Amino acid sequence: MVKQAISIPGASRQATKDKAKVKTGGVRKALLGGILPLVLVIIWEALSRAEVFPAYQLPAPSVILSTIIGMAQDGSLWSHVGITVYRVFAGFLIGSLVAVVLGSVVGFYKKAEHVLDPTIQAFRSIPSLAWVPLFILWMGIGEPSKVTMIAVGVFFPVYLNTVSGIAGVDRKLIEVGHMYGLNAYQLVTRVILPAALPSFLTGLRSGLGLGWMFVVAAELMGASQGLGYLLVVGQNTLSPETIIASIILFAVIGKLSDWILKIIEERALHYQDRAVQS
Amino acid sequence: MALELKNVGRTFDGQTAVRNVNLSAGEGEIIGLLGTSGCGKSTLLRAISGLDGNYDGEIRLNGKLVDGVQESAGFIFQEPRLFPWLTVLENVTFGLSSKAGDKEKKGREILRKVGLGDSENLYPKELSGGMAQRVAIARALVTSPEVLLLDEPFSALDAFTKMQLQDLLLDIWKEAGTTMVLVTHDIDEALYLCDRIVILRGRPGEVVSEINVGEPRPRPRGSTRLAELKTDILESLDLSRS
Repeated sequence: MVKQAISIPGASRQATKDKAKVKTGGVRKALLGGILPLVLVIIWEALSRAEVFPAYQLPAPSVILSTIIGMAQDGSLWSHVGITVYRVFAGFLIGSLVAVVLGSVVGFYKKAEHVLDPTIQAFRSIPSLAWVPLFILWMGIGEPSKVTMIAVGVFFPVYLNTVSGIAGVDRKLIEVGHMYGLNAYQLVTRVILPAALPSFLTGLRSGLGLGWMFVVAAELMGASQGLGYLLVVGQNTLSPETIIASIILFAVIGKLSDWILKIIEERALHYQDRAVQS
Repeated sequence: MALELKNVGRTFDGQTAVRNVNLSAGEGEIIGLLGTSGCGKSTLLRAISGLDGNYDGEIRLNGKLVDGVQESAGFIFQEPRLFPWLTVLENVTFGLSSKAGDKEKKGREILRKVGLGDSENLYPKELSGGMAQRVAIARALVTSPEVLLLDEPFSALDAFTKMQLQDLLLDIWKEAGTTMVLVTHDIDEALYLCDRIVILRGRPGEVVSEINVGEPRPRPRGSTRLAELKTDILESLDLSRS
């Protein structure tokens, strides 16, 4: 170690080494965290084969895996996953967009806050799933009602975080902007928006999480395709392997989408001094 | 006169913080505003900067009435107040509106001057307190202000860093001849840096005396002359009464 430090005095070299260390640390952590699920799956498989669990209630992991592979081979997997991802994505986009616009207006203008915020807060106190029957009544059981449903779910966390992000910008930094004679527009783009970005990104991530929750609800109440529809099919055809396969796919895709947002967040906020990575 | 205050005061919701301040600073003069906490010295500085437009009386920078932030004034705050999402160089050039290339050239030049020539790509989280305040000084200097306003700029730093930065400030002053107004509660700092020290006292704060230091720079930090002046200042601050 010491010898190496002497032979490579470059600071940047040290930095890449640190980064490599962090990476191997991450791999080790992932391995450590993977032990328990792996053991559980093996026990599950063994007990299923020993017919401790009845197959019509809890099929073996290998059966579930072959169900997923089977769906992938006949192509139905891709259309189910595709339509679900499309719904979440569309709802997420619409919900966040509306939330950003309203959140910015409320965050920037005190008057707008007094006018808009009480109403929005009142709507927030309605459990979002209670809208389901109304949306179906208004828009039918096609795509619009589902996407709207998801958008409503995404809206609130993004809205709340945008408002608090903008309202919480350090007054001292704004003062620096004033000292350099920035006009209102420059102040917004150069100080307020960058300062509010961390909170906004947090909102996007929790919004996406809710989006996944709401797509299940939307697809459960009536769909002819999608992962949520597979849940219903599994229930009606008494095939638990389809239900569990669908749950696993939800988990994997949901985690994947969150991971993408997390990478975007880390890229955008690389300047932050954070002790804990979330 | 680079800076002139006539009967300046400031009242917040009926509470007078500071009143009847008359003060002038010639070009290249370093004026210290010294006083115990709550005597309105920072309030006065904010009025001079134009950040606080609701003062009473008259403040003129280079003969021009202060009615908003003036381009000819630079401000160094007590905390560095760097933008965490910008690099050191981007922070320094924040207040410049020239072309990108010129901006960077100027920024690098100033960074070298404050001793941070090789830190331009660091982010504020990677800086020590002293380095961050150096960046803040560079940011204030990059627009070449004629008057530099400093609000207890070194009060959060350790004793050694403080002395280094005081010397840095004097180097800058020697080179650019910038007029400076320094708010401080550190008597030694005021005596080391200032040509003239204005002492404020009371609530609402008023000017109680003005002391001409008149010693040639660099001043030895432990000199008997400065110690004598310190005694005078302590007397006029009258800490036992306040």
